[in-house]
Amino acid sequence: MTRIQVLLCSGTACQSSGSDKVKRALLEALGLHGLLEEVQIIETGCMGPCELGPVLLVYPEGTFYVRVRPEDAAEIVEEHFLKGRPVQRLLWTEGAPRPREIPFFARQVKLVLSNCGTIDPEKIDEYIAARGYEALGKAATGMTPGEVVAEVKRSGLRGRGGAGFPTGTKWELVRAGAGDPKYVICNADEGDPGAFMDRAILEGDPHSILEGMAIAAYAVGANHGYVYVRAEYPLAIQRLQTALAQARKLGFLGPGIFESDFSFDVEIRIGAGAFVCGEETALISSIEGRRGEPRPRPPYPATSGLWGKPTLINNVETYANVRHILLHGAEAFAAVGTEKSKGTKVFALAGKVQNTGLVEVPMGITLRELVFDIGGGVPAGREFKAVQIGGPSGGCLPASLLDVPVDYDSLSQHGAIMGSGGVIILDDAACMVNMARFFLEFTADESCGKCVPCRVGTQMMLRILDRIVAGDGSEDDLTRLTEIGVMMKKASLCGLGQTAANPVLSTLRYFPEEYRAHIRDHSCPAGVCPNLVRYEVLAEACRGCDACRRACPTGAAQGKAGNLPYRIVDELCIRCGACFDACPFDAVRKEPR
Amino acid sequence: MKGKPMTKDAIAARHPRSPEALLSLLHDLQKANPENFLMPDDLALAASHAGLPLAAVRDAVTFYSMFSLRPRGRHIIRLCESPNCHLAGAWSALDELRGSLGVDVGETTSDGAFTLELTSCLGACGVAPVMMVDDEIVGNLNPERVRNTLARYREGR
Repeated sequence: MTRIQVLLCSGTACQSSGSDKVKRALLEALGLHGLLEEVQIIETGCMGPCELGPVLLVYPEGTFYVRVRPEDAAEIVEEHFLKGRPVQRLLWTEGAPRPREIPFFARQVKLVLSNCGTIDPEKIDEYIAARGYEALGKAATGMTPGEVVAEVKRSGLRGRGGAGFPTGTKWELVRAGAGDPKYVICNADEGDPGAFMDRAILEGDPHSILEGMAIAAYAVGANHGYVYVRAEYPLAIQRLQTALAQARKLGFLGPGIFESDFSFDVEIRIGAGAFVCGEETALISSIEGRRGEPRPRPPYPATSGLWGKPTLINNVETYANVRHILLHGAEAFAAVGTEKSKGTKVFALAGKVQNTGLVEVPMGITLRELVFDIGGGVPAGREFKAVQIGGPSGGCLPASLLDVPVDYDSLSQHGAIMGSGGVIILDDAACMVNMARFFLEFTADESCGKCVPCRVGTQMMLRILDRIVAGDGSEDDLTRLTEIGVMMKKASLCGLGQTAANPVLSTLRYFPEEYRAHIRDHSCPAGVCPNLVRYEVLAEACRGCDACRRACPTGAAQGKAGNLPYRIVDELCIRCGACFDACPFDAVRKEPR
Repeated sequence: MKGKPMTKDAIAARHPRSPEALLSLLHDLQKANPENFLMPDDLALAASHAGLPLAAVRDAVTFYSMFSLRPRGRHIIRLCESPNCHLAGAWSALDELRGSLGVDVGETTSDGAFTLELTSCLGACGVAPVMMVDDEIVGNLNPERVRNTLARYREGR
């Protein structure tokens, strides 16, 4: 009889940290003690704190272990499973074994992620036991399509892919669209740097997406659906394929679902490495077997989408919300969140923050709660500087805006966007100009080239930023950046171009003094931009090892053992950083010029 | 898929004869080629199977970064160059890759084992810096982990 259940995270991140080796070691140790019948190991989807992986959760009492190595398996089995003493050194915080005692988890509200990390995503029975496909049954057998649309509308759910369009309204448009057949598409082409919530849902709870799509198809009158997944997510594709086969076998997909006359099936389409395919019209082109280039809207996909037919296209997290609305009712769903942003949102915390990983929080939580209470703040010794929210289309918000509530409208009012939910925390070691340049380089690279404002605009802005970080910028450049940015916002064909300037515009708005320092003083205050720093030897750390002198290509690093410290002559320095990299004692420092 | 070599026609037969099968078919044809690229007759086959002009197939192939028209290594290494990996030190991993493989980005080792590429976000930021070797995600990269991974692939896993 099973006495203990071990939930072992086997998301991509934990797999990469060796969760499968931990599993083998645990099984071996269990076998050694004859416990294989008593302890069950269940592989689940992502539990959130990816950096601490591999992680596992032991039930019935709910002990959360982090950074488990295969070598730890014997101790876990002997101490915990046999003697009932949790292994303290493997806990996140000593003395606090349960997730709800850990701040990272305590402040979260898990709706979309409720199954991620608690069920085995490859077993449909576990999904069903978590009320899976109940909402689909309710819709297909007890509600009219119009009632389903009305319920989703009343819930206030908005698209989680970034733009935040009201989901129910979109469904209504597709339902009313003239043309037959109609299609339902799931946009699983997650590509925003730093966002991986869709991957976690695809890997950890694939059935919730299929169920959401089936409910949507019933509501809009479609019989055929596609999930468009990027090829970079092989595990997600595999779990989705498994889920599809299982759902078909049990009749949740296919003809006559729940013995109604509603039929629906789903096919998987795999991308081939193009960021712009996350844009809905580009994605549709890609499914049709063409270059993934966007086209002007209107007409919107709701009236003319795949093969020119009315097409509903929502993203992964949006579909994953749907079953909860039908299960608990629109009112219960809308009880969480703010007036215009209902429900929860999944964020991926990354960058200079204590706790990185995936978190789900109610809409309207403040940035401060997100970064400090859940994220644990910036690691000791550094100061919080800004939070970059919304990926390459998003903006950087400074410390003075930490109390802004995280919802669609408040964020866009301050020049950022909700985006897909990537959050990068920056500390005082970050150069905002360099950061903006980095994102712009990305969008310039990913611009598909079809429309001029985006194709030329990103290149022009990048050229100006290159000048500024090299110390050759002028005050006029700042005006020019704003002009080009605003023009791109207004004139670009799709969301990529319309938002590409956001990182630049928001940093210009909140950190103008950093741009000025680069331009006027030829100095990078954070000491990041290679051309604008000065290298110095910290006298007390220098041991005269001669590494910097040998590494320096221009003879700028000078010194002799016995006559410490070494020094770097600024006039000879070409700022290649070789001395900085070579010094084994961190005695070479970068300072603003 | 790589276990038993299939004829190209057999690969095509698993896909519907429609333009929407194009990307999947191209993926499969490329995977079946030990040199990881699409040959001229692959494009012709894909065109006739999907019912598209050859020009349309070329048009699509040249758009997507995962398709190659030139021979590549047996294993494709894609190092993530997104901000999170950048902040976490992807460049020291890149230096190690360049050094160990003796090639630069976009090049293939002389023994035909590896091609080194860069990619945008792989969505595994929790274990940044990250690279993908074929279908495997390798995270928490440091020079040692890079060397061990290369050795593992050289030995045929």
